Amino acid sequence: MSRLANKFAELKASGRKALIPFITAGDPYPEFTVPLLHEMVAAGADVIELGVPFSDPMADGPVIQRASERALSHHVGLRKVLSMAMEFRKTDQDTPLVLMGYLNPIEIMGYEDFANAVQRAEVDGVLTVDLPPEESESCVRMLRERGIDQIFLLAPNTNAERIQKMDAVGSGYLYYVSLKGVTGAGHLDTADVEEKLQLIRQNTALPVGVGFGVKDADTAKTIAAIADGVVVGSALISKIEANLDDPQQAKHEIITLLKSMRAAMDV
Amino acid sequence: MTDRYDMPDARGHFGPYGGIFVAETLMPAITELNEAYQRYTQDPEFIAELDADLKDYVGRPSPLYHAERWSQHLGGAQIYLKREDLNHTGAHKVNNTVGQALLAKRMGKTRIIAETGAGQHGVATATVAARLGLECVVYMGAVDVARQSLNVYRMKLLGATVVPVESGSKTLKDALNEALRDWVTNIDNTFYIIGTVAGPHPYPAMVRDFQAVIGREARQQCLDQAGKLPDALVACVGGGSNAIGLFYPFIDDAGVKMYGVEAAGDGIETGRHSAPLSAGRPGVLHGNRTYLMADDDGEIIETHSISAGLDYPGVGPEHAWLKDTGRAQYPNITDDEAMAGFHALTRMEGIIPALESSHAMAYAMKLAPTMRKDQIIIINLSGRGDKDMQTIMQREGISL
Repeated sequence: MSRLANKFAELKASGRKALIPFITAGDPYPEFTVPLLHEMVAAGADVIELGVPFSDPMADGPVIQRASERALSHHVGLRKVLSMAMEFRKTDQDTPLVLMGYLNPIEIMGYEDFANAVQRAEVDGVLTVDLPPEESESCVRMLRERGIDQIFLLAPNTNAERIQKMDAVGSGYLYYVSLKGVTGAGHLDTADVEEKLQLIRQNTALPVGVGFGVKDADTAKTIAAIADGVVVGSALISKIEANLDDPQQAKHEIITLLKSMRAAMDV
Repeated sequence: MTDRYDMPDARGHFGPYGGIFVAETLMPAITELNEAYQRYTQDPEFIAELDADLKDYVGRPSPLYHAERWSQHLGGAQIYLKREDLNHTGAHKVNNTVGQALLAKRMGKTRIIAETGAGQHGVATATVAARLGLECVVYMGAVDVARQSLNVYRMKLLGATVVPVESGSKTLKDALNEALRDWVTNIDNTFYIIGTVAGPHPYPAMVRDFQAVIGREARQQCLDQAGKLPDALVACVGGGSNAIGLFYPFIDDAGVKMYGVEAAGDGIETGRHSAPLSAGRPGVLHGNRTYLMADDDGEIIETHSISAGLDYPGVGPEHAWLKDTGRAQYPNITDDEAMAGFHALTRMEGIIPALESSHAMAYAMKLAPTMRKDQIIIINLSGRGDKDMQTIMQREGISL
């Protein structure tokens, strides 16, 4: 069983939901990342999505765009992110780690080399924003052969037929993007999300994480009541951006926010 | 009949290139667009309306002009210019925006967005949006806003909102990113008019098909005027819409050579250029797989060209395929050479070309003398140079 499947099974057994923070690797500087990952786990993170900086983050809003730019100014690219993942794994054998980013860095590395590198780094899943299931066959095959999950996104306008497609090629979990737009935008409409989750559940047995619009303990609690996992990204990265002159303060605020989410989700 | 060129396949692949590489939220919109495109381009009423617009609004057919004085001066092949600069709005871009706007109208979309580099596509989009009474938002890199201010003003006059894009390299690729972000946010009422043969399927095929009127006319005009097909076609390539528009109707004419001219900027060896087919590698950007300028981590490298319209790190996937199969060749021309081409055409023929098109002129100046006097080159004069006056004045230190 993969580390992700294991984790979701374990959570289900204990009646809890996954808290899934997203941060961009190398933001605001490379040495900040791995210690932060460990502290996020200590604060209650169950799965971590680690963003691979990309020069052209087409699906991201301004907050994550700027995080990418800060990381890239330190030359943090896919190879460096893989080495961070490896470093994280040295002292954490339990927490599933998912790389989230865009396809081009993987294309340039080559699917097979990438899959090997991911396996070596003991990364558990890969979420590639601009790789729909129709184009994913060879990448998914390389990853699956090595026991690595490919996680797909679902959108508000994704129909049943496409959900079944994701169910067939995806594994680990599915990530439901709760609104039409880029990361960091808008507000959650809980009733909408709940309705959509019904359709999703009818078409897949995979766990479903929900993200986009999760900002605080309240929204985390609301989502935890209806989904299997709560993804929070821009709200965390905003803490980094607000404290660029004091990264330790940023870390403190991120951990405080995550702890409050964890507490609200577990009530 | 077996060997006829019939790219792309049903999912938009030109061999390994093309395809659909977008975030999930865009998939339903792309499916909807593809269905509308397949349906309406078979619809006699749509075709009749498009043809009428191209004739009466754009001013087609554009002339094929025999540049006799310049041909004689170069001492080789006869040069013919396909005068896309004489279209309404001054470039080939309008052929495509007229087509896509008709599609938007049929699909019931009320809002148009576009990206633009030199501003020609932005102007052509703002123009058709004004005519159809549709809201129009144009994304343009902040660097391009500064160097193409005349076109920014034209777009504003036409009622468009021009949004300067401050992220990344602040040029065309960043404008495309921002347009994609807008589209994903406003997907229900918005039609994204992409200006070049890039983006996810069906854009590369659709834009090509709307631009192919260039090659269809040129082929017939050449037969009428010279009694035979040309020996070579030359066009500049940024994303590559004017080049594919000229090339496509000639692809099955094996005797017609094709040259797509990339922008070498300061020179390929300096790394400051916009020539992915000459010095890039295959990757995925903006919805398709194609040649790109990317570093070893897959990050996109900033590009450089004197012409904003060629300042793009990718190229249409069909050009990637035509390069790999050897059907077309992709030489490159530096900023300095393009300037020489610009001046040559201006002084020899009294036609001021766009800096983009000047790259094609410059390559033809190299090619023509290597050919016989009874041979023919058709150059796509894709746009007029008025928009570039400021850039050229600055570069050459001219003051009034």
